[in-house]
This record gives sequence, C-alpha cells and structure tokens, in this order.
Amino acid sequence: MKLMSLAEAIGRFVPDGASVAMGTCLESLIPFAAGHEIIRRRRRDLTLIGPIFDIVVDQLIGAGCVATIQAAWVGNVSAGLGYAFRRAAEAGIPRPITVEEYSNYTVVLALLAGAHGLPFVPVRSGPGSDITRNHPAFAEVTSPFDHRTVMVVRALRPDVAIVAVQRADAEGHAHAWGNLGITEEAGLAAEHIIVLAEEIADTAILTSDPNRVLFPPFRVSAVVHCPGACHPSPVQGYYGRDHQFYADYHRETQTPEGMAAWLDRWVYGVPDRAGYLARLGQERWAALRRLQSAPAAPADYAWQEQASPQSDEVEPRIAGAAPRRSTRDRVGDTGAGDTRVGDT
Amino acid sequence: MAAFTSGEIMVAAAAREIRDGDVVFVGMRLPLLAFQLAKLTHAPRAVGVFENGVIRLIPSDQFLYTMGDPPNIVGASMCTRLSLVMSLLGRGRIDVGFIGGAEVDRFGNVNSSLIGPQDRPRVKLPGSGGACDIASLAKRLLIIMAHERHRFREAVDFVTSPGYLRSAAQRRALELAGGPSALITTMGVLGFEPQSGEAVLRSYHPGVTVEEIRAQTGWELMVAPDVSETPPPTAEELRLIRRLDPQGFWTRGNAG
Repeated sequence: MKLMSLAEAIGRFVPDGASVAMGTCLESLIPFAAGHEIIRRRRRDLTLIGPIFDIVVDQLIGAGCVATIQAAWVGNVSAGLGYAFRRAAEAGIPRPITVEEYSNYTVVLALLAGAHGLPFVPVRSGPGSDITRNHPAFAEVTSPFDHRTVMVVRALRPDVAIVAVQRADAEGHAHAWGNLGITEEAGLAAEHIIVLAEEIADTAILTSDPNRVLFPPFRVSAVVHCPGACHPSPVQGYYGRDHQFYADYHRETQTPEGMAAWLDRWVYGVPDRAGYLARLGQERWAALRRLQSAPAAPADYAWQEQASPQSDEVEPRIAGAAPRRSTRDRVGDTGAGDTRVGDT
Repeated sequence: MAAFTSGEIMVAAAAREIRDGDVVFVGMRLPLLAFQLAKLTHAPRAVGVFENGVIRLIPSDQFLYTMGDPPNIVGASMCTRLSLVMSLLGRGRIDVGFIGGAEVDRFGNVNSSLIGPQDRPRVKLPGSGGACDIASLAKRLLIIMAHERHRFREAVDFVTSPGYLRSAAQRRALELAGGPSALITTMGVLGFEPQSGEAVLRSYHPGVTVEEIRAQTGWELMVAPDVSETPPPTAEELRLIRRLDPQGFWTRGNAG
C-alpha cells in the first residue's frame, strides 16, 4: 500500500544520512510539509540535492539536519539571502555544511545521467567557471571522437526524491501542471519517490490524461495526501504564493535565536500540516485559495473501436474503465481552479 | 532630483539591449521588467524563456515576485522542464540572457557564490542558479549590477559566471558562446572591447559624471571616446515601468 501518512513516508524513506532531492520545481510546488516533518523527526547528516533552493532548505539547515548541499542556489527567492545557510557555511552554526555548488543546467544533467544509469555526462557550461574547480563531481576528459577537451559531470542518484503535485492516486500516478523544473529527472534518478498530493483522485481520472502523468507509477514508493503541503510556495490551481510569509521569514531568522523561535512556532510547535495551517489561520489560508479559474480545454483521447473479425461483439479494451463521457465529466469536476480542494 | 530612479533607467537601458525577435533568457527583478518593457515598445516579437520551464510570447501583466508565480504560468506558450529550456541554451538558440551578481570584474566575470577564500568564505552568497549557464551559452550576455567600488573589482574572488576570463581569446578557447555585451549599472552602461574583452564605459546616467564612475570602479576604467549620457527613460517608458512595478518593489531603492 503506497498511500500513507507523511510521518510514515519520511520515517521509512528518509533515514539519517540520506540524500534527498526536493524543491525540484524551483519556486513552486515546494514540499514544505515534508521538510518540516524531516525537521520534527530530527533527521541528521542529510545531503540535499536541487536546483534553485528556496527557504525550506534554509530551514532544514537551520534545524541542523543537513551535512551537504548539492545545488545551484540557496536563499529566499523573493527576499534575497537565507540567513541559516549563511551561518552554516560561514560559521558552522548550528553545524558545518559542505556546499558543492552546481548550476541549474549541470545539476539536471547530473540527475539525467543518474536516471539513465550513466556514470557521467558532458556539460557545456562549467569550463571557465570556478564552480567546477576543486569540485568532486566535475572533471575534464578527452573526446574519443575529435580529441577535444570535454567537461563532464558525475551522475547524481538521490536516495529519495520528494515531489509535490496537484493530484495523485493510490497507485502512484501523479499529475503536475505548470512548470516542472527538474522534477522528472530527479524522480527517475532517485531510488525512491515520495509524492505529496493536494488531492487524491481515482485512477480513472489520472489515466484519462496519461500525458500528464509524471512517473511510471511503479517507480513511486509513497503517496501522501497532504493539502496545503507547499505553503508558502504556490500550487497552480490550488493556492497562490504567500509573499508576506517569505518577507516575515527573512526578517525573523536573522539570528540563531530568531531561527529557533521560528522553528518552534511553525515546525516543532505543530504536530502536522493540518496544525500548521490552523496556526496560519483560516482567513489567511482562504485568501490564498481565492483564485481566478483558468481551466485547460480537455484533450480528447478519442479512439476508433475495431470490430473483431470473429464476432460482432466489441470487447471493452480496459476492464473496469469508466464510460468515456462520465470520465470526462469527473475530470471537469476536479479541474484547475476548484476551490473545494484542501478544506482543512 | 531626477524624475526617475536608477532602477528605472536601468530597466529602460536593459530593454534597449533587447532586439525585436530575440529569444531572451529572462530571469527576475529588473531583467523581467526590461523584457516586459521591450515587448511593449520596440520588440513585440521577442520571446521570454524562464529557467523553471516557462516560455512566454506574451509576458504576464501581473507583478511577479518569482518566475514560478501562478500568473506567470497562466497564458504561457509552454510549461515544461528545466532541461528543455536549458537545451535552448546548449543548442545556441538563446539570443540574449540576463544575470546579476554580487561582484563583477573588468572582463565581465561575475561572482554570485562567495566572498573570501573558497574553503572559508567570509560571505556565502546564494550561488549560480542558472547564471553560469546563461553566461556560458547565450549569444549575448547582459549583466545588471549596483555600481559600487567593492563590487567592481580588478578580479573577483570567485568566477561563478565566466565573462571573458582574462581575455576574449581565453573565452573563445573554451568554446563558450558570445560573452558579455553590456554591463548595465546604477551609474552607467559599459560595453566590452571585442579584442581584449575588457569593459569600456559607453554612457553615464543623467546626473552622474565619468569621474564619479571611475571612483566607484576598482580598476583603471577604459572610457569610450564617444562616451555620452544614457538616454533617460521616455515618459512612455516610465509610465509602462510604473504600471509593471506599481509599488516600486524592484525599481525604487533596489539596485537589482
């Protein structure tokens, strides 16, 4: 059974010392709820892998969970730097961290190599940059084809990728829409994938639009129903970005004491995501979910039934599949902009 | 007192560096405003590419804090993966890209990683993001910076994003694309000398002198013989910039 609580998913798939890819969509669909559960479970010595990392990573660093960062950027995307990241990198507070800097392009190529089982891949950005000097994952090789020097990046294979999506089913089919960042490469490179879904839907809804499914479902290890998982980052069709929360975080975490107080209030002081949203307040949460609807036109996967040469009877192609019309109706019911979602 | 801020003239100057039909790797803050302004004025056929995986023919008319804000998704031409938009860089399909940073040097090398020694940084900065990729692979690179002496250094502590390194020939030998074409600052606009790859002052913003710019530049600055005043933003450009950034979040008191 893949459908499980967030506590169980983090407990099973994010042990001490794990390498974890998260925040893979960059500024949206960031699984803050998972980061906070990792902090509450006091995981240690994690390696975090990602592109542009937002404040969830600053929080994990500030809570002392992180030993190594393998990422292109760490900070507060709308307010600037991350104080916890700076304290750890400059002064070892609350513990020293190793920062292995990548660029966005090279981190996704490293994950692509990991996803394909390749030891390394060539990169075009990196030569001339100090990022790639004294870095364990970059090297120069001679091309066997034209004998020119080529820079390569070693494959990254995270132990687990934590991915937030709009909707998923209990089998691991997941739909995400909007920009995808490095989500697909990170998931396919990882040993396990944890999916946090705003909404759990019937399989028929997910498979009615198979182009939108992120991963082969058998690659997904855990599916967690976690409405509001990404606040203060946005989830297209579900809630907007809480810009004020980022500004407040920036102001409140300038000192180690401020960081500790922030973690007490928003992480240690609440049992789970529902408790967090209650602390945020119904009014503020409702305001972020007041959206202008913008549904996509349905894509019709119409097909022609082939009459069997032996018989006039036509077998349904998929046992148990809902009639087409009703499937389409159900998809419409859960489309983007539905404000019934996440009523916690 | 000038009728516009340094942020506003930087946006106008940056917009003028975008040509009609350019495919632009946009970024956020002042570069995003510059792209929006260029689209609304002289470059209606420019295309915006965002590294999170968004491609837009028509910019959002909403104020954006990040490229992942929901209004930047609605009305996009394409929402996709980062590797796809990076392939446009890799394959040489990006005409112009923007980056910012904490430090720049006389050859347009930009540091956004750390100040001080690498093993024990005095200031740890957020890092490259996509800046190294854009600087390495866009046909033209536009750098946006606050013009302060401690940021404009003979050589930066750490080259996050390569400019011309120590010469244009050195960059060419690494098979990187174009290189910096303009450095747009709070005080003026610098170009780059094609042979040496060295920055050259092209224009000073209204109310700023060449001497003041020299004083805020940490190397012996080359000045173009035909150096002139940066054309101030027109009334129409100012009206559009203030419509795009109504609170002045990025253009008032913010150097980019």
